[in-house]
Amino acid sequence: MNYMLQIYSGDGVSSWESLSEEEQNAVMAEYGAIFQTPGVTGGAQLQDATTATTVRVQDGRTLTTDGPFPETKEALGGYYLLEADDLDTAIELAARIPAARMGGAIEVRPLVER
Amino acid sequence: MLAALVGFLGDFDLAEEAAQEAFAIAAERWPREGAPANPGAWLVATARNRAVDHIRRRRTLAVKTKLLEVAEAVEDEIAQDTFRDERLELIFTCCHPALSLDAQVALTLRALGGLQTGEIARAFLVPEPTMAQRLVRAKRKIRRAGIPFRIPPAHLLPDRLTAVLAVVYLIFNEGYDGRRELLGAQAIRLGVSLAELMPDEPEVFGLLALMLLHDSRRAARLRDGELVLLADQDRSLWDRAQIRAGNEALERALALRGEGPYVLQAAIASLHAEDSSDWPQIASLYAELLRMTGSPVVALNGAVARAEAEGPEAGLAAIERLELEDYHYLHATRADFLRRLGRSDEARIAYARALELVRSEPERRFLQRRLAAL
Repeated sequence: MNYMLQIYSGDGVSSWESLSEEEQNAVMAEYGAIFQTPGVTGGAQLQDATTATTVRVQDGRTLTTDGPFPETKEALGGYYLLEADDLDTAIELAARIPAARMGGAIEVRPLVER
Repeated sequence: MLAALVGFLGDFDLAEEAAQEAFAIAAERWPREGAPANPGAWLVATARNRAVDHIRRRRTLAVKTKLLEVAEAVEDEIAQDTFRDERLELIFTCCHPALSLDAQVALTLRALGGLQTGEIARAFLVPEPTMAQRLVRAKRKIRRAGIPFRIPPAHLLPDRLTAVLAVVYLIFNEGYDGRRELLGAQAIRLGVSLAELMPDEPEVFGLLALMLLHDSRRAARLRDGELVLLADQDRSLWDRAQIRAGNEALERALALRGEGPYVLQAAIASLHAEDSSDWPQIASLYAELLRMTGSPVVALNGAVARAEAEGPEAGLAAIERLELEDYHYLHATRADFLRRLGRSDEARIAYARALELVRSEPERRFLQRRLAAL
């Protein structure tokens, strides 16, 4: 099965800023290590929400607005793509993501298989 | 049998359909041809065959599913004589943390308890279509999100077992007046199954003991619909067989060196089942339980025991800083301590607060009588 693990920073933004450079590097190294884990097939950090643009199409017209999709109170910070046997494996990987213990949350969702 | 099929198929609905078809075939054939030597195995094998037929038919829609792969792999060697009891896998699947608690309870009652959707709906005062929808969504989530059908591996087992026990205990305690018996019996049956399937887990026996001991007093708790306190209960109405069974389960838990919260609660319940409650011992068990759980409700129950052992002042002191403002038992307990100390004005205020919060009718009438008697 394939899953996307969506990373939300939540309250974690301020706790990130309070870390020393050394600590920040350690956290980044953790993200890197997860990226190298067998089964992880993709992933990226996204630039922050102020760089986002939301696109909708209505009556054939493309509507563009500044900022992230307003319905979400939280901004997506990054993601991993994971191939795993079952949800428990995905949950275990999600728990390793630093944002999860730094005030954020990880949404784990299966991809539609084609 | 359902457990064996769900394990094989990974799909509740298909398993249920296939099981029903197998029963229908049996009902038609066995009276004519006689029952097979191993009816259980025949039913499972037949159900598996029906399921594989279903999958094959769906396959022509060019849908590739894991179901199909599994079905094809095993089709070649369908065992004719035995099938594994997969109830444990089933209960851990039903209680997976990725499902909502409501869904865990409903699914456990449906899949392991064999209750019909309507029965579960009525037990929780929920409209039947709502309950049906809850079950559909839960099964869909299991399938689509890949919740594994298995006993959790060792490093996950403690937390998962705690979740299973919590669901069983919730089933035991929930259910509104009139449905409580049905759910209580279901929970005890689940507890018995768990004890059979996990004979080395002390908390499983602790929970079973706790439920049996509580249930043994069921007939004595109400008299003509009115609440009867433990001290005033007609002990001839206590179910002695259940008390014996509860104590046996507790002994097993203790033999397994169990010291978890359910074992402790069962030990307390066991002491209550004796001729006169050993309040100091009960109070010290509550203190231990409080250290373990930090639960204010436990602290409240402990305070009641201390009041019995040392007097109402000790009880009052023990509940002073508890954060249970919206819990009617806190105010009812405080009222009772104050009443026993002759502090009637304060007691009145506490009873009034309790009456604002109480939900069960027998309890409401009990509190009203106490208030009136001040």
